[in-house]
Amino acid sequence: MNLHEFLVPPAETARREGPNTRIVMSSRVRLARNLKELAFPGWAKKAERIRALDQIRPAVESLPQMAGAFSESMDNLNALDKQILVERHLISREHAAKSAGSGLVLNREESLCVMINEEDHLRMQALRPGLQLKQAWAAIDAVDSKLEKKLDYAFNAELGYLTACPTNLGTGIRVSAMLHLPGLVLAEQINQIIQAVNKLGLAVRGLYGEGTEALGNVFQVSNQMTLGESEPEIVERLNKVLAQIIEHEENARGTLQEKKPKTVCNHIGRAYGILANAHSISSKETMNLLSFLRLGVDLGMFPEMERGLVDELFILTQPAHLQKNFSEKLGADERDLLRADMLRERLRSISRPVNPPVKLDKPSEE
Amino acid sequence: MMCCICKEKEATVHLTQIAAEKMQKVDLCEDCAKQKGVNDPAGFSLADMLLGLGASQEMEQAAGGSHLKCPHCGFTQADFKKAGRLGCAHCYDTFSEGLEGLLKTMHKGTRHKGKIPAALRESQNLAARLKQLQKRLDKAVAEEDFEQAALARDEIKSTKEKIAEITAP
Repeated sequence: MNLHEFLVPPAETARREGPNTRIVMSSRVRLARNLKELAFPGWAKKAERIRALDQIRPAVESLPQMAGAFSESMDNLNALDKQILVERHLISREHAAKSAGSGLVLNREESLCVMINEEDHLRMQALRPGLQLKQAWAAIDAVDSKLEKKLDYAFNAELGYLTACPTNLGTGIRVSAMLHLPGLVLAEQINQIIQAVNKLGLAVRGLYGEGTEALGNVFQVSNQMTLGESEPEIVERLNKVLAQIIEHEENARGTLQEKKPKTVCNHIGRAYGILANAHSISSKETMNLLSFLRLGVDLGMFPEMERGLVDELFILTQPAHLQKNFSEKLGADERDLLRADMLRERLRSISRPVNPPVKLDKPSEE
Repeated sequence: MMCCICKEKEATVHLTQIAAEKMQKVDLCEDCAKQKGVNDPAGFSLADMLLGLGASQEMEQAAGGSHLKCPHCGFTQADFKKAGRLGCAHCYDTFSEGLEGLLKTMHKGTRHKGKIPAALRESQNLAARLKQLQKRLDKAVAEEDFEQAALARDEIKSTKEKIAEITAP
């Protein structure tokens, strides 16, 4: 089946909501597993990788959770397909670079995704909207428990699940959440938060790498250590830290609204002005401005706009998603024009931002 | 500034991360950055890479600079230095000595805590049961309680069968 027909439209995925959706865009739990007798994918020769794929793929496909799944060998996906999967955070860039001997199994709802022969034989992940780390862990734990009956995992009583990179040893788990933190960025507190979180042994990454400068004020927070701490403990530790980050973000937003209402309105108003009127706009600028639009929705400045529309545009304005609708290959300049056209069209029915309610309208009453 | 991985090309990607209260910096050229997945939003961690770099040195020291080679997959220490990844599950036995110190710096502990494959958990339970039964048998024999000894012997036999059943693929 064609990948484009299979994938859920962004209009739908972007409207899935979970707890704390205002700040937590999504939750993810990934497990790394390997087969006992075959070399890890990075070291295995092509024939051995294919052997691993031939063992693993049918096992994954046969899971009840994967009924009606999309399953494909990476060499049957073209560069555009792969890029679309990356933009949706379903596969890693590393996996997108793979071809024969690597594979992908993705369930109907796009909530479970198994990469075969990425850095490890198996990288399986469960995704949930909003803050739902426990649920994501439970989902992937169930998949793993079914798979261990069918596959001979590399496991050692001392070191736990054996992985290609020693940094993933033990539980092989990476628990992460994607956070939208415009308040902390505007209040210039984000670096302090990142440092504090790093000290706790957690990693903070930008949406697309680049050190700490995150596009669209989106940050990923995840555990780094995998050995010596059980999965529920790691999930719990992350939940505690995330609860604090959420609180700091809410406080930063509150303080900004109170102390610097004009700064906040200025950012949001300008973001709206450019996005709704530009005739050429890059992907990077779009992401950074959409972030302010999202903040505007959170602050009640766009009464007729749902957060889902912003999140949908976050996906649709990315290069591969834009390219998908056109048969001929577009250059970056052409994409910038088409991106602007799409944004103007989609934002046409959205009125300009209103002043945030209460706090700004009646400051004298306090 | 030169790339700290290939040491050939000009570094254009500069990364800083604070881990364990130490600031660490890495400078990479475009190609090495790509290869190390620096642009990869899901898979990249600076610490991964840093630990990988320091790691190979530590391993070499631990093994006294010897040329260990994994008998199962042919992976060597030089390969680890290059890739920062191991070759196969058996490499963990081959290179265990060098890895120990490395794991200490990387992780919370050096002993796995958490999920264990169910089959293994069961065989561990059975192994413990077997030990218990063996003790009971020894005691019964010593006390010349042959009825008890026979019971214990039968149960040992069935437990061993169960273990064989589980461990056979």
